[in-house]
Amino acid sequence: MVPNVVTKERPASAAALDIDLAKRLLHDMMLIRRFEEKAAEAYALGKIGGFLHLSIGEEAVAAGATSALRADDYAISTYREHGHCLAKGSDPRRAMAELFGRRDGFCKGKGGSMHLFDKSHNFLGGHAIVGAHLPLAAGAAFAIKYQGGDQVVVCYFGDGAVAEGEFHESLNLSALWQLPVIYVCENNRYAMGTALERALAETEIWKFGRSYNMPCEPVDGMDVLAVREVVGRAVERARKDKSPTLIEARTYRFRGHSMRDPAGAVYRTKDEVEREKLRDPIVLFRDRVLREGTLAEADVRTIEKDVNDLIDEAVAFADASAEPPVEWLLTDIFKGD
Amino acid sequence: MTYREALNQALREEMHRDPRVLVIGEEVGLYEGAYKVTQGLLKEFGPTRIVDTPIAESGFTGVGIGAAMLGLRPVVEMMTFNFALLALDQIVNSAAKMHYMSGGQYNVPIVIRGPGGPAHQLAAQHSQSMESYFYHVPGLKVVRPSTPADAKGLLKSSIRDDNPVIFIESETLYAVKGEVPDDEDFLIPLGQAVVRRPGTDVTVIAYMGMMYRALEAAEELAKEGVSVEIVDPRTLRPMDTATIVGSVRKTHRAVVVEAGAGFAGMGSEIAAFITEQAFDDLDAPVERVTGASAPMPYAKNLERAKTPSKDKILDAIRKVCYARGS
Repeated sequence: MVPNVVTKERPASAAALDIDLAKRLLHDMMLIRRFEEKAAEAYALGKIGGFLHLSIGEEAVAAGATSALRADDYAISTYREHGHCLAKGSDPRRAMAELFGRRDGFCKGKGGSMHLFDKSHNFLGGHAIVGAHLPLAAGAAFAIKYQGGDQVVVCYFGDGAVAEGEFHESLNLSALWQLPVIYVCENNRYAMGTALERALAETEIWKFGRSYNMPCEPVDGMDVLAVREVVGRAVERARKDKSPTLIEARTYRFRGHSMRDPAGAVYRTKDEVEREKLRDPIVLFRDRVLREGTLAEADVRTIEKDVNDLIDEAVAFADASAEPPVEWLLTDIFKGD
Repeated sequence: MTYREALNQALREEMHRDPRVLVIGEEVGLYEGAYKVTQGLLKEFGPTRIVDTPIAESGFTGVGIGAAMLGLRPVVEMMTFNFALLALDQIVNSAAKMHYMSGGQYNVPIVIRGPGGPAHQLAAQHSQSMESYFYHVPGLKVVRPSTPADAKGLLKSSIRDDNPVIFIESETLYAVKGEVPDDEDFLIPLGQAVVRRPGTDVTVIAYMGMMYRALEAAEELAKEGVSVEIVDPRTLRPMDTATIVGSVRKTHRAVVVEAGAGFAGMGSEIAAFITEQAFDDLDAPVERVTGASAPMPYAKNLERAKTPSKDKILDAIRKVCYARGS
């Protein structure tokens, strides 16, 4: 009854690492980290308002998964989506301007941190109703199949979405109709402040794939190469066979749920957070490429400088961008009006 | 042609015209629609374009919205619009806001259609006038077509629209017959009201079953020498306020009829903009005839009492006509 279900606990990612790939993965993860550190600073200065959800600690999922995609593939995400958007190749300047609520942001300042969209990179948006974008991902995959294309859709969501009905409706429809969508659950173990065990009767999230006859597997979400490999397999299935996949990437958010939960310490212990920080995906990967000799210290320093320059530029760009004109309040409500 | 056949013809024509148009919903294919609106379409267009779904309103509505973001033009059928409450989040938070929230990058050309409003003893959960849940939301267009010709012309316009359109039909109208142009380019623009019956003494604004009831009342009042003008808004959002206000400026009196419960209903909004725009033209306060503020009961007599009757419409018209004007 359950065909093609992959249940490997830990994929091997031992193949010799391509230098360019190593540079790209390190660059992307560091770019996301730096972007969000600077966003947190800007938030403290009052330049960013509302809710700001950081993915610091979870960068390997965005970078690893995106590296398995083609540029014309699609991605869709939650309100914790800065990393997924940047990994897709989106301009950090326009992303930062959006967070600042400025006219040069991707969404003209109308979306904000939780709603980054970048059509030029097939980034279908950040969606802030938990679980609601899973059917949208299935719909995008439906359209690809309908139009005879071979792109795939990657859909990121948190462990909190698993308790929502739309998670189950989406998995069922995607498997029933064989849609080219890859559901990547970023299991950071807390839905806001609710631990996995307090929310789910089955905490091995990847196993829900079995219920829907869908290939599924867990992966170490702190290992960027492991993520890349698992997603890569799923992409191949989606492209060739239009098969959906459920992946559970086990990760951890080092910061609170949002900037209004700075310590994130009520529902988890400081010890736990410090212990998890030892699995920092950027440090792990940097140490590995240095240890294996794929990259030299100088390469890492160059990447670090490039990233810092890019983000400084992004902040300067966002600062310089004007507020959206008040007339824009009433534009874009309908297309063509 | 019946109202049902007019809808079917609109779907068929638009599917022939544009390969991006498809139908998604419960029982739309093999079963040919719970109310047979999609009769024959599976045979003609195949299962890729006439997509049967499991009972998962939020899921398949979201699929429609996601597909629309990539350029398809899905028509999502709600077996009854009451079930759209299960998809309300997708409609309100995804479809209606996508274009705005993305700064104009992604639009959602989707039609969500199906029957709503009072029918025949369908009781509390299958009889709600659902339009009020949707016309409040910026980013949605809301259509309520009263005649077979409107059903065809407005559905075709809705499918060609680049934005989400909520298109609510009625179980009580599917068998209504009327003249329907056989023209493939017969379109009725959204946001255009129509004068169903010209008159000079009072304007009655009504749509769907209530429009037919108002017509009966108007015929009866004609015998008393009262000339009633009936305006059918057809599209509730965007609302053609100009036609309605223009009629009221002529007649100086207005009655709004709606099947739904009155509190913050369509009548409230129409009465408000008439008062704002034509206060000095009014010879009497705007009168509302609405459904009772109660869930729909099952028993026949109670169901009748819940819904505006011809007599209540007559009373309201007489009240505004015999009011002393300034």
